[in-house]
Amino acid sequence: MALVLNEDEQLLSESASGFFNEKSPVAALRKLRDERSEDGIDRSLWREMAVMGFAGVVIPEDHGGVDMGYMAAGLVAVEMGKNLTASPFLSSAILAATAIKTAGSDVQKSDWLPKLASGETIMALAVDEGRKHNPRLMETTAVRSGNGFTLSGEKSMVLDGHIADQLIVAAKTADDKITLFLIDPKSKGLTCERTVMVDSRNAARVSFDDVTVTADAVIGEVDEGDDVLEAVLNAGRAVVSAELLGAGTQAFNLTTNYLKERKQFGEEIGRFQALQHRASHLYCELELARSAVLAALTALDAGVDDAPLTVAMAKAKLGSVAKLAGLEGVQMFGGVGMTDEYDIGLFLKRIRAAQELFGDENYHLDQVGRMKGY
Amino acid sequence: MSDLEQFQKETRAWLTENCPVEMCEPIEHEDDACWGGRNFTFKNEAQKLWLERMGAKGWTVPTWPKAYGGGGLSKAEAKILAKEMKRIKARSPLSSFGIWMLGPALLKFGSEVQKLEHLPKIALGEIRWCQGYSEPNAGSDLASLATNAEDKGDHWIVNGQKVWTSYADKADWIFCLVRTDNSGKKHHGISFVLFDMQTPGVTTRPIKLISGRSPFCETFFDDVKVPKENLVGELHKGWSIAKYLLTHEREMIGDQNGITRPMHEIAAGMIGLEDNKLADSILRAKILQTEVDEWAFNQTMARKLGEAKAGASLGADSSMLKYYGTELNKRRFELMMDSAGYEGLEWEGERSDDGRLARSWLRTKANSIEGGTSEVQLNIISKHILQLPGA
Repeated sequence: MALVLNEDEQLLSESASGFFNEKSPVAALRKLRDERSEDGIDRSLWREMAVMGFAGVVIPEDHGGVDMGYMAAGLVAVEMGKNLTASPFLSSAILAATAIKTAGSDVQKSDWLPKLASGETIMALAVDEGRKHNPRLMETTAVRSGNGFTLSGEKSMVLDGHIADQLIVAAKTADDKITLFLIDPKSKGLTCERTVMVDSRNAARVSFDDVTVTADAVIGEVDEGDDVLEAVLNAGRAVVSAELLGAGTQAFNLTTNYLKERKQFGEEIGRFQALQHRASHLYCELELARSAVLAALTALDAGVDDAPLTVAMAKAKLGSVAKLAGLEGVQMFGGVGMTDEYDIGLFLKRIRAAQELFGDENYHLDQVGRMKGY
Repeated sequence: MSDLEQFQKETRAWLTENCPVEMCEPIEHEDDACWGGRNFTFKNEAQKLWLERMGAKGWTVPTWPKAYGGGGLSKAEAKILAKEMKRIKARSPLSSFGIWMLGPALLKFGSEVQKLEHLPKIALGEIRWCQGYSEPNAGSDLASLATNAEDKGDHWIVNGQKVWTSYADKADWIFCLVRTDNSGKKHHGISFVLFDMQTPGVTTRPIKLISGRSPFCETFFDDVKVPKENLVGELHKGWSIAKYLLTHEREMIGDQNGITRPMHEIAAGMIGLEDNKLADSILRAKILQTEVDEWAFNQTMARKLGEAKAGASLGADSSMLKYYGTELNKRRFELMMDSAGYEGLEWEGERSDDGRLARSWLRTKANSIEGGTSEVQLNIISKHILQLPGA
């Protein structure tokens, strides 16, 4: 039955939960942050995630992946969200893998997919520019020169950009035409600045100052990157929504546990109806959020026509619900919720960043309206 | 072709053949529904025909056993039937508290005699039921109800008053909570009984609501004689039936987003589009949020029903569905009123169909009160799901 996990999915979910609880609890993110890790991720964890099949979760088996689809990817992301796990899962295993498996040439597929699946290669997607996600307003250009292209422009919020071995870059090759390129970040004219973010997760600004690439850097067809990019972004949106579900759910669990422990006026604060009702409302919102995420992942795997609409609705819903979970969490924790020592603040920060990725609630509500014709 | 595929094919053919076109128009108002019963006046011949045809197949209650007037369908078959009906936007042939509330309770708690007596009449829409639960001093605190049933050997004499009895003035029979024992805790000593509304001593008085309509009544019992065989389940233990039935009621009230026109279509008709967007950008944003929530809610409804073991109740999650579904419906009508503007305020006259929208809008305010208020639902979630202390 739709939206109800089958036995395999249940098992995957449980094993991912066990894995991240043990290998990458919230303390692991604190460690990366406090030690000012150069990489911003734990490479040994990423190798172990690859062994678990997570890095190759959407990569076909004949290219070294486990080909379990987006539902599986989402279930893994939920558990990462609960643990605030930092890894190149989104950048490499979802965005890059989707781009190359969807549109890559045979050579690109056999060159890169096995390395993505093994975790050996990390790739980052450079699509956004400026402050907000909006591919329609893209300004980075790629102009034909010789047998290749020259790229100019600036990209923001390139997840894992500073540790990427390859970049997948979206650029305009004509008015309203986008092409995707696979580019070595060491190329001449390319600079990458790591941007330390509020959530202690990896992001970078990448600028292209007349960066030249050959024609075989093109992923898919010239001028036809729009549909590929949309497919890549929708995979990313659905998986980020799953991560937001995990983060929101865990923030909520921490909060309800705290309501049962913390005493004021001689009793647990969870006895107060003012808090009970807010917590119960949040429970309902998280249940709706879970359904939305499962529906989006299901739609992606089924490849149905309205998958983009479903994903947009899910990302919009998760943006608002996860934010509510973070906000209510900090408020109900009270003073200690403001301290760095308590984890709830880390959830608030990650949720703020993740809801912004690939379109926030406002962006996706607008998209829903456009798709429905109003 | 599998059995289910065969069933789907036959169902589609049968519906095409038998569902009158008038019954494929969306229901925009509670009054459009068919409620059945001894005194019901059908809106038109199509409504009557649709009820008769569906009733004869047992498809007003597809999953009830055939022996009790049901369709005897499996869960999977019933799903197909629902899907096929949705495909042609067919209306439900019968709206009925008998189907939604009493029926499930009788199937679970009733005697064989009671099932054979009452269920087929519910399925065919012959008898319309009302629910005697709330009292003037027992609303959210329902278990403090005081309507008294005095033991007279082979019958009880019932005295007391119920309130918010939906359509009591139109109903043929009532299922009613009465107090048969006063000695213990308030949840003990409540019994669940059935009786004919034509029994001497029963009077109803419609309550005029803010909508100007009177879907609810006060119902008075003055020495009403109720035979003992009309007790459902065990004596003094009606509270467990009441709870079971409230769960069904919550699931039902929560699910009111059936076949209705999407809000944005209605709003577009009233406000208009500019550059293919609703002309009022802030209203557009609010409608978008609400429609996304409606979608997520419907997905949740499907998921929860899918997760529940066949035939099992949703338990405390029914409170979630009741709470969220009713609040959503209120939001929907607030936005419809926003869209309608001055015209939505018209209360009388043909243009507004006698204030249809305004009256419907006002009616929705009861959604989050009847069947347990939103606040009571949140209490239930706090206690049974979140297990917060003292809830």
